[in-house]
Amino acid sequence: MYAIEVDNLTKIYGKGETAVTALQDARFKVRPGELVAILGPSGSGKTTLLTCIGLINEPTHGTVVIDGTTVADDGWHSGIDLKRMRREKLGFIFQAHNLIPFLTAQENVMIALEINGLTRNDAKIRSVELLNALNLGHRINNYPTALSGGESQRVAIARALANRPKVILADEPTAALDTENGKNVMDLLKKLAVENHSAILVVTHDHRMVENFDRILEVSDGRITGEKNNREAG
Amino acid sequence: MNLAIRDIRYHRGRFILTSIGLGLLLGVVMSMGGIYRGLFADALAVLDFTKADIWVVQQDTNGPFAESSRIPEDIKYRIQAVPGVAEASPLSFQTIQVERMDKPFRFFLIGYDLNGIGGPPEIIAGRGIRQKHYEMVVAKAMRMAIGEKIHLGLNDYTVVGITGKVVSSGGDPAAYVSLADAQDIQFKKDNDAIRNDRERIGANLAAIQSLSPSQAKFLKQNIAGITESTHTVNTVVARLEPGANLHEVQERISRWNHFRPISVEEQTKILTKGMIEKARMQLGLFRIILLIISGVIISLIIYTSTLDKIRVIATLKLIGAQNRVIIGMILQQSLLMGILAYGIGYLLILLTYKNFPRRIVLEAFDLQILFVIVIAICMISSFVGIRKALKVEPAEALGG
Repeated sequence: MYAIEVDNLTKIYGKGETAVTALQDARFKVRPGELVAILGPSGSGKTTLLTCIGLINEPTHGTVVIDGTTVADDGWHSGIDLKRMRREKLGFIFQAHNLIPFLTAQENVMIALEINGLTRNDAKIRSVELLNALNLGHRINNYPTALSGGESQRVAIARALANRPKVILADEPTAALDTENGKNVMDLLKKLAVENHSAILVVTHDHRMVENFDRILEVSDGRITGEKNNREAG
Repeated sequence: MNLAIRDIRYHRGRFILTSIGLGLLLGVVMSMGGIYRGLFADALAVLDFTKADIWVVQQDTNGPFAESSRIPEDIKYRIQAVPGVAEASPLSFQTIQVERMDKPFRFFLIGYDLNGIGGPPEIIAGRGIRQKHYEMVVAKAMRMAIGEKIHLGLNDYTVVGITGKVVSSGGDPAAYVSLADAQDIQFKKDNDAIRNDRERIGANLAAIQSLSPSQAKFLKQNIAGITESTHTVNTVVARLEPGANLHEVQERISRWNHFRPISVEEQTKILTKGMIEKARMQLGLFRIILLIISGVIISLIIYTSTLDKIRVIATLKLIGAQNRVIIGMILQQSLLMGILAYGIGYLLILLTYKNFPRRIVLEAFDLQILFVIVIAICMISSFVGIRKALKVEPAEALGG
């Protein structure tokens, strides 16, 4: 079973003469444990693709299947609980890490767990495990303002992983980091994809990072214009 | 995890300062309520302490608290003779302002029959008035010491006792003297004025040709006796015998010329509806305006705070947070701010209300109602922020 199945995915903003097609006929599948990049210039439609898969932006046409559940079928699939799907199946990593400023590193991870129904105690144990695994054990009580960019992004990754999602969606996760920290984050994502058996879809325009991915989907003018498979090539 | 508490903990300086500001505003609202109740208490203080059933005053007047009322002192004997009346006693009231320690010193002087009713309700220091002349009992609020003398009218009066919080309907502290002293202070003229009056009466009578010198002399003495008399009072109060019919007693006194018997209920109405009605309405309106201002301020604070958290809210939505998590965060913050502000306001008023120049009466019921109103305002105010928060799209969490 694929973690992500996208078929004929189209997103059109506006109507009539002002309609803009941001994404057209996207079609691809991602296996669990696979690290896939969506590469393209600004305005090419890669973030629109990510938001459609992330259940944030309603597709105009096409289907999206996450971990065997059809979430979109020419619009949202009827009866689908988007928030629940996002809580249980998806993890998000952002360019600006988006940690909640008034929560400590541990609380930032715990909130994702508690929202998903874990008890406070279980959330505490799991958050410590995750932060220790990401070498942030000494930072659990620090607020985001006291963390470096790399540390903040690792906390964000811990939060994204908290509920053991089948799919992790990352929007330019290395854009705000220097080369070394960016590489560390990519190594971490690669490791997590294998260990957690999660499909990781990363939107990036950073060509320095492409060698880290199993597969690269090239997007241009709203269409997937090319696909490169690093694993096969390697 | 309680996000509201976490946010407050992180931004505690801002939260506390905002709550203090709001607390000061609520303290003013509480003080307005206290002043409002104090106006009632002050207005009714003399009425309550006198414990009379009927106030007999000059006909066609509303009594000594509302307007000028003058009746002869000896009417008390006639009132006392009415069936059902147990006791009747004359009272004299006047507001006095003198210079004391180079400052205006204003108080309400009550003259009472030492063997009758209407005297000081309690003596908290010193003793009551024992001599018919030149002794006085003052309210604690006058801050006079026992043994201190004050010059009133033509004589000096010595403070022999201190009573509790008795004030006039205008809020001035009360002092008690014997009825005779009060009449002297109010009506007795100095020797020059008396001589002047006698000369004028003599000159007027001399102009009447039909009077013989002996008749003129006789008339002059009698007229002077009448004009120099101080036996006038403002009211005669009466207590009824147990089981006596108030309306019957009132009806009987009403039949006499020149007098109006006012029941306690009527007197209360005159004091509260007439004399303090405008002040009461003004305070009530001021309270409403302040509460509206508090509501607007809370709304603005919650709305601004929500705008500051747009990205946080978008992130929470993106990671699947239910609406109740977000609503709870905003609503709880609003309520906590209201509760803290209320507490600060209450503490402030509790620590300062005794120092207000006018009486502040804090009633538990008023404070409870205000608390409920504050909670309601916080809930309504938070709707503005909640509405904004619910409109935030998860997509706003994306981007740099």
